[in-house]
Amino acid sequence: MTVDNLYNWLMGFFPGITESPILLIIAILVPCLALFLFIALYALVAIYGELKVSSFMQDRVGPMGQGVGLHAGKWGLLQPVADALKLLTKEDLIPEKADKTLFIMAPFMIFIGAFIAFVAIPFGETLIIADLNIGIFYLLAVGSLAVIALILAGWSSNNKWSLYGGMRSAAQIISYEIPAGVSIVIVIMLTGTLNMQDIIKYQDGGLFNWLIFANPFTFIAFFIYFISGIAETNRTPFDIPEAESEIVGGFHTEYSGMRFAFFFLSEYANMFVVSGIASTGFLGGWQSPISGYFNTPSWGVFWMLSKIMFLVFVMMWFRWTFPRLRVDQLMNVCWKVFLPIGLLNIFGVGIWTLIFG
Amino acid sequence: MADYTFWLIAAITVISAAFVVLNNQLVYSAVALLFTLFGVAGLYVFLWADFIAGVQLLVYVGGILVLIIFGIMLTNRISSVRISHKSVQQGVGGAVIIWLFIFLSIVILKTPWLNQTAMEPASSVAQVGKLLLMKYLLPFEVISVLLLGALIGAATLSREDP
Repeated sequence: MTVDNLYNWLMGFFPGITESPILLIIAILVPCLALFLFIALYALVAIYGELKVSSFMQDRVGPMGQGVGLHAGKWGLLQPVADALKLLTKEDLIPEKADKTLFIMAPFMIFIGAFIAFVAIPFGETLIIADLNIGIFYLLAVGSLAVIALILAGWSSNNKWSLYGGMRSAAQIISYEIPAGVSIVIVIMLTGTLNMQDIIKYQDGGLFNWLIFANPFTFIAFFIYFISGIAETNRTPFDIPEAESEIVGGFHTEYSGMRFAFFFLSEYANMFVVSGIASTGFLGGWQSPISGYFNTPSWGVFWMLSKIMFLVFVMMWFRWTFPRLRVDQLMNVCWKVFLPIGLLNIFGVGIWTLIFG
Repeated sequence: MADYTFWLIAAITVISAAFVVLNNQLVYSAVALLFTLFGVAGLYVFLWADFIAGVQLLVYVGGILVLIIFGIMLTNRISSVRISHKSVQQGVGGAVIIWLFIFLSIVILKTPWLNQTAMEPASSVAQVGKLLLMKYLLPFEVISVLLLGALIGAATLSREDP
């Protein structure tokens, strides 16, 4: 969508040419660069948010940057910048016994997995990098790249904590993909499309036309999807792959500096993607909550971003209020609670649609 | 432009597939397989089969490849998984390869390929769904029963007290 518009706009400068591969590459690269900057900026905001949210939840003030000398700006606003600089300038260690190729590759793979998911997230009616026919399905599919990257990171470190972390994350992500997918099926059943924009357009007309309020089953499905999404991003209370108090740092135990920063960035990017899918599928995407008001494209971007950032905030809220689950509890919740409820939901939505149309 | 992309994807697929076979370290083979599967998914996109491409990623990358890597890591010598293979029976193998090459070449040359014009279908998903639930309903249901059986089997095997 954006790529097409940009390409046509660029072609407008050269009236004589009908097709130009170079311009197409430029039209593809420009949104990607913008997206990368957006992810980096969003990560800085999210890190600051996490610092402050955790502080307020624990009755602290968090980074404030008072006093002379080392100063983190007003209200500690420069703290994430300092964190980022620290990560970038830190010594880059590769363990001697590590498998170097895979060790170097894994952080980039996980980031690419998160990055290519961003292209299908609609920020507005025309603001989507690739308006795919199978948008929501594509998002579920590319999510699987993260699993492999995490296992490889765990394995290549040649450290038992890392290996445990990698294995745990693989088991966890694969398991929770199923309830998440089953909840997305409900969205597809009701809207009858896999296209992200069409899913959002289906939910036109205010708060009560959003899919979360369509019927009781979609209401449950939203929560199943969101909780499974948190599990897929390895966030507390589902952070057993990292679990500092059990297995040191899990798959990223041996990573430092820039490579660790990539894991960090991907975690926040994945939170954004999960929230993006949740707000597209259930919360009306860029639609305004009040029918007919605030419906201009720029308001659309505002609504989408505020829905996503609210869900990201909820994830942080969870992180600082719930204790970590045990491995067996985690699997029980997934297979014995979420999956049966999710399947019943599909059945229920079918019946509901038959009866109430 | 589409030509260049096609050749790029085809090259990635073929080279990584060769790497899968020729490498003697299992984990590297598995990682190379990742690129092969991505390449095949890209080829599906060229055939306007976007849904199949998605399924390819979801099932093969997200399921089967992870299972393979899991299997490699559950072996007891995870730190150095090398296959100590030697080339045996080279004569027979060569003969089979030559026969297979000639056979496939004949098949490829003789098949009356469907030459469609490059028109993007409106939505392949809807057509796939209609075909699955109308024309191919019986195979679809049979596969569902098979998968259900596999699920029940897995649950039975992993029970603590059978």
